Amino acid sequence: MSEQSTAVAGGEAGTAATTKEAADAQAPVKPKNNRAWFLVLPVVVSVAFTAVIPLMTVVNFSVQDVFSPDDRIFVGLEWFRSVARDPEVRAAFVRTLIFSAQVLLLEIPLGVALAVAMPRRGVWVSVALVLVALPLLIPWNVVGTIWQIFARPDIGLGGWAINNVLGLDFNYTLDSTDAWITVLIMDVWHWTPLVALLAYAGLRSIPQPYFQAAQIDGASAWAVFRHIQLPRLRGVLTIAILLRFMDSFMIYTEPFVVTGGGPGNATSFLSILLSKIAVGQFDLGPAGAFSLLYFLFVQILCYVFFTVLTRSGR
Amino acid sequence: MARTTGRRLPWARTVFWLYAATLMLPILWMFGMSIRPNDDILGSFSLLPQRVTFENYTTFFTDSAWYSSYLNSIVYTSMNAVFSLIVALPAAYAFSRFRFAGDKHLFFWLLTNRMAPPAVFLLPFFQIYQAVGLFDTHLGVAIAHMLFNVPLAVWILEGFMSGIPREIDETAAIDGYSLPRFFVKIFLPMIRSAVGVTLFFCFMFSWVELLIARTITSVNAKPIAATMTRTVSAAGVDWGLLATAGVLTIIPGAIVIWFVRNYVAKGFALGRV
Repeated sequence: MSEQSTAVAGGEAGTAATTKEAADAQAPVKPKNNRAWFLVLPVVVSVAFTAVIPLMTVVNFSVQDVFSPDDRIFVGLEWFRSVARDPEVRAAFVRTLIFSAQVLLLEIPLGVALAVAMPRRGVWVSVALVLVALPLLIPWNVVGTIWQIFARPDIGLGGWAINNVLGLDFNYTLDSTDAWITVLIMDVWHWTPLVALLAYAGLRSIPQPYFQAAQIDGASAWAVFRHIQLPRLRGVLTIAILLRFMDSFMIYTEPFVVTGGGPGNATSFLSILLSKIAVGQFDLGPAGAFSLLYFLFVQILCYVFFTVLTRSGR
Repeated sequence: MARTTGRRLPWARTVFWLYAATLMLPILWMFGMSIRPNDDILGSFSLLPQRVTFENYTTFFTDSAWYSSYLNSIVYTSMNAVFSLIVALPAAYAFSRFRFAGDKHLFFWLLTNRMAPPAVFLLPFFQIYQAVGLFDTHLGVAIAHMLFNVPLAVWILEGFMSGIPREIDETAAIDGYSLPRFFVKIFLPMIRSAVGVTLFFCFMFSWVELLIARTITSVNAKPIAATMTRTVSAAGVDWGLLATAGVLTIIPGAIVIWFVRNYVAKGFALGRV
């Protein structure tokens, strides 16, 4: 039964592919005009001021030992070596990677499940969309504040319930594991809606005949999901996975508010450590080298992101 | 479709609304905190407020440290949204309509700025903005936030503009419209929803950002987010006031989202859905 519906889906996918080829064939019609550079000039200038010049400063710091503005010596790659060997930096790197992996493992399946369960018609669609999107629009430090309050064992509903209803000893300000779990749950609460919204947009774009065909075949809900909905979500899920990875990899504000990186170093992610070195201790050299290594790593990821995004089409 | 899926998964909707309710719980809890007197917050745990007071809200709107930083945030986010839009409009048009030398590289380079960790830029921003006199000004924060909002705006607008057939441009050109006149008179009205969505997203990402805004301000342009991190005094954290500020910062987003609800996914996906 489900094989038949797959066949239908395959056939339709074939049609979709043809349409895409047609679109590709049309693309070269886009005229070549180098005067378009005048149109992008404002963007280039503004981003040069906000990104390129600052980055040059960072490069400058990273190869010098600055004692005072007039007293500085060139130290070559010394700072890069010391940063790359720094156990604290390495620990933060591993910690951030683990965090990003956990975020993806939790948020992607949960987001897809939510999207499937969301209403598709009627007035409730708008209400559902607004409710689901709300956490995304809360200032990041307020997300921190919300959870700082909610997870406290003395004044927060969440923390209080874990301690008094479940009977577990939970205190995120003292226990590293509890702090980690709090930050992780906070991120799931904050960003799963993004996955859900993207997946929902993907689901809405599936043409009706697919479902009618599946219904005629008597396909089960699971078969419909596995053979019709999931394959169709590939594009949006690619975006969701990459965005969630990049953003969780540079998380700063939320854990900063809730735990401040602690207790100890338990939730001190790369951005938190970097800002501590940069504007906390003003260690210009190490901070510069750290920034560049961090930046380069993210750039490489970004390139992968861009390639996958442009290959998978719209 | 909805009918058939609905029949097969009768519990799905229930689970969804349960999730939505859970989602609201922490927010409602914070609201509950904001309307209790501080003695009650720390005194004893109770699900519902024993005594309701709007004292914290009064404090917020009478203490200039609070309301002026709230206004600061609104001022620089609005400036940023407008600047980003103005800069991004022609560029997005260029990307959606023409091929030119290095266009793909440029488009990618823009994306890298959206993806760059803000922490990387802290140190130079701190120094450069002091050197050029933009430190602790609304203009300074507005410009600094263009770092990630201009790329975002270009990507979202390009996504929308590519959905409009090029024949429109050609017809207008034959009718004797110059490019600027066509853009303002015909094209802009056609993409006004895109403009709204872009403004919304620029406003929002600037509104939620703390790290950069906090670093390049001290008093005059201090964002509400930074004021909130300094509620700890000798007497401990003022939870009620903190919760009040939290509730008030959610409001702008909560109001505007209704108007862009159908485009939220597209905005978050950088215009790619």
